[in-house]
Amino acid sequence: MALRLSRPPKPLHLIALGGALTFTLAACGGSSSPSATGDGAGDGASASGECAAYSQYGDLKGKTVSVYTSIVTPEDTPQIDSYKPFEKCTGATVKYEGDKAFETQVLVRAKAGNPPDIAYVPQPGLLAQLVSTGKAVEAPKEVSDNVDKFWSKDWKGYSTIDGKFYGAPLGANFKSLVWYSPKMFKDKGYQIPTTLDELQALSEKIAADGKSKPWCAGIASGEATGWVITDWMEDMMLRLSGPEEYDKWVKHEIAFNSPGPTAALDKVGSILKNDKFVNGGLGNVKSIATTTFQDGGLPILDGDCYMHRQASFYAANWPEGTKVAEDGDVFAFALPGVTADSKPALGGGEFVLAFSDRPEVKAFQTYLSTDTWANNKAKASPLGGWISANKGLDVNNLVSPIDKLATSVLQDPNAVFRFDGSDAMPAAIGSNAFWKQATSWITGQSTKDTVDKIEAAWPK
Amino acid sequence: MTTAGAALPMTTTPTIAALETASGKAKKRLTSRWASLAAAVIALLWTIPTFGLAISSIRPERQIKTTGWWTFFSDPQVTLDNYRTVLSSEGSTGLGAYFVNSFIIVIPSVLIPISLAALAAYAFAWIEFRGRNLLFVIVFALQIVPIQVTLIPLLTLYVKAGLAGTFWSIWISHSIFALPLAIFLLHNFMREIPKELVEAARMDGAGHVQIFFKVLLPLLTPALAAIGIFQFLWVWNDLLVALTFAGGGNSVAPLTKALADLSGTRGNAYHLLTAGAFVSIIVPIAVFLSLQRYFVRGLLAGGLKG
Repeated sequence: MALRLSRPPKPLHLIALGGALTFTLAACGGSSSPSATGDGAGDGASASGECAAYSQYGDLKGKTVSVYTSIVTPEDTPQIDSYKPFEKCTGATVKYEGDKAFETQVLVRAKAGNPPDIAYVPQPGLLAQLVSTGKAVEAPKEVSDNVDKFWSKDWKGYSTIDGKFYGAPLGANFKSLVWYSPKMFKDKGYQIPTTLDELQALSEKIAADGKSKPWCAGIASGEATGWVITDWMEDMMLRLSGPEEYDKWVKHEIAFNSPGPTAALDKVGSILKNDKFVNGGLGNVKSIATTTFQDGGLPILDGDCYMHRQASFYAANWPEGTKVAEDGDVFAFALPGVTADSKPALGGGEFVLAFSDRPEVKAFQTYLSTDTWANNKAKASPLGGWISANKGLDVNNLVSPIDKLATSVLQDPNAVFRFDGSDAMPAAIGSNAFWKQATSWITGQSTKDTVDKIEAAWPK
Repeated sequence: MTTAGAALPMTTTPTIAALETASGKAKKRLTSRWASLAAAVIALLWTIPTFGLAISSIRPERQIKTTGWWTFFSDPQVTLDNYRTVLSSEGSTGLGAYFVNSFIIVIPSVLIPISLAALAAYAFAWIEFRGRNLLFVIVFALQIVPIQVTLIPLLTLYVKAGLAGTFWSIWISHSIFALPLAIFLLHNFMREIPKELVEAARMDGAGHVQIFFKVLLPLLTPALAAIGIFQFLWVWNDLLVALTFAGGGNSVAPLTKALADLSGTRGNAYHLLTAGAFVSIIVPIAVFLSLQRYFVRGLLAGGLKG
C-alpha cells in the first residue's frame, strides 16, 4: 500500500522528532501521573510473564468474539495485530469484519436481530440510535472503572445514555490541527501563531507578501461533502463562545441561528470565503467545494499554499516519500485559541459497543479499555496514524511525530476537549442539513441564510 | 465500478439493435453514412469515461491524485503498481479470494431464478387454471416493491432460520428479487410460440413435462440467455444485497464489497479504485461479449408483448 510507504523509516522519525518529544513530555509533565505509573506496571508484567496481564480474563479457549467496524484497509491490520496478545493468552478468537458501509449496515443488523458481538461506533449520535434498538448491552463494571481511570470525564459522557454507560472509547482523532510546511515558514521567517488574532495577522501577512495564498481547503467527500466546514465551524464555536455554549449548541439548547454560532461561521468565512486567503494552488473560493478533502492540503507540497486545517488522520494523505515532521516537508500546529493559554481541542473517536454479555465478549471489551491494549495498539502500528485519549497510553510507543503531538494535546489536563459536534447532533442535521448548507454557504449563500436553514431543518 | 460495467456494454447495443431489428426500409435508413457517423459518435462518447478509467488505472499514485487522466498524453507515465496492489494476496487489499466468492454467489443466483421462472412461465402461458390472470398480475406487480423495504424483514427471517451470514441468504434473496421480471419476460416469450406447435405435441401424446423440455425449451434458449446475462450482471455488480445478508464477515463477501473497501477507511487510497474496477469488470465483459447476440434477440422477443 502506498499509505504504508508514505512515511520515512522509523529511526529517522525518532531522531528528527526530538523537538516534538520534548514538547510532548513538557505538556504531560505533572499532568498524568496515574498514566505513568499504570503504564510502568503494565510493561513490567509483560516483561516478566507475557500473559500475566491477561490472567484476569480467564481461559476462553474455543470462544469467538465477532467485531464489526468501519475501519478497513490499511488501518485494519494494526487493529487485528493488537488483539494477538489477547488471543494468545486467553485462547479466544477475535473475528474482525471491516466495512465501509458500517454506519448504515450496523443499524440494519441490529434491527433485524443479527448484531455483531461488538461494534466500534464512531459517532455518539449513532450510538444512541443503536441503544434505542434495545439490542445493545451496558458495559460491564470493569470497563466503567477503566474509563474512569484512563479517560477524562467528558469522554465517558459521550457513551452514557439515560444514565447508563455503554462503551469505552477506542481510538481517537484530533481535529484542531493546522498543517503547514516548516521549511516555507522558516524561509519567510513566519512564526507559528499562538492566538487566533495572530493567526489572522499571519494570514494577512502571507497574503500581502507573495503570490502564494495562505490557506488551501477542500470539502468534497462524496455524499458527505461539506463535513470539513462543520469541523471548522465547531472549532471556531468552541473558541469564540467557549465549551459551555458549545455544549448547548450541540444539544440545541441555543438555536443554530443564535449569535454565537453565527459569529463562529462568520469567523470561518473570514478565512475560507476570503479571496485573498484561499484557495492556494487550487483556484478561487468556489474551488473549495469541488476539491476533495483528501487533496485539499496537497498544494502545500508545491509551495502554493501555506496552511491547511485538517485532523490528525490527514497524515495518511501525504503522498509517498513526504516527511511528516517538525523539520520535514509538512507538519502541523494546534489551531490556537483566543488567548495563548487556552487550549480548545476538537476531536472524535470510536466507542466499543457490545450487543452480547457473554463472558468472552465482556473480557474483550475490558481488554480494549485498558492501557495494555492502548500500548499494544501503538506498538502494532509501526507506521502511526492512530491515537487514543487513553491516559495510560505512553506517547513514546507512538512512532509518528504528528501522533505524538495530537496525543499530547488529548492527554493534556488543561486542554478543553469537545467531541465533534455534528457527530452528536441528530442525523437530520449532523449528517444532512449541516453538510448541505455548509456546501451552499461556501458556494455563495450568506451566513444568515445558512444558519437559518439549518435551524429550520432541526427535528422538532 | 457499476458505471464502468454498464457503460461498456452500452457501447455495442445501439448499433447491433439497429442492424438486427431493422425491416428493409429502416435498415436502409439506418445504414446510411450519416447514421453510421452518428452511431460512431455515440459509441465514442459512451466509451470515453471507460477509456479514462483505463488510462487512470495505469498511472502512478501521485499522478492520479494531482492531475486528470488526459494529462497522460502530454506526460505518459505507466506503472502496473495499482494492479499489483489490487491483486496481491497479502493483506486485506487482495481481490483474489473475493473473486471466488463472487462466482459462488453468482452461479446459483442465476440458475435458481431462471429454472423456477421457466416453470412458472410455462404454467402461466399454457396451463389453464382458475385465477391464472389475477395471479399473473400479482406476480408481475411484485416488481414494484423496492428491494430496500424488504431488507430488514428478510434479514429478520434469515436470522430466525439460522441462515444469516451464509451464502444461502444471498442466493435466496437474489432469486426472490429476480423472479417477477424473469417470469414476466419468459411468459411473454412463451405466448409467442405458435399454439399449433404445442397442440401438435399434445396430439402426439406428450404431457406437460415433455412439451416443456422437448418443444419449448429449445425455442426458449435466446430468452433464457438474455435473462441469464441480465441476472448475471445484476448479481455480479450487486453490493447492497450482499452487504446486508452476508453479514457473517469477509468469508462470504463478494468482489463488490472488497472494491468498496479498497479506498481505505478515509478514502485516501482511492487511486486503487480504477485498477480494482477493471479487474472486476473482466468477467462481466467476457460473459456479455460471448452471449451478446442472445441478449438483444431475447430481450426484444420477450419485450414485444408488453
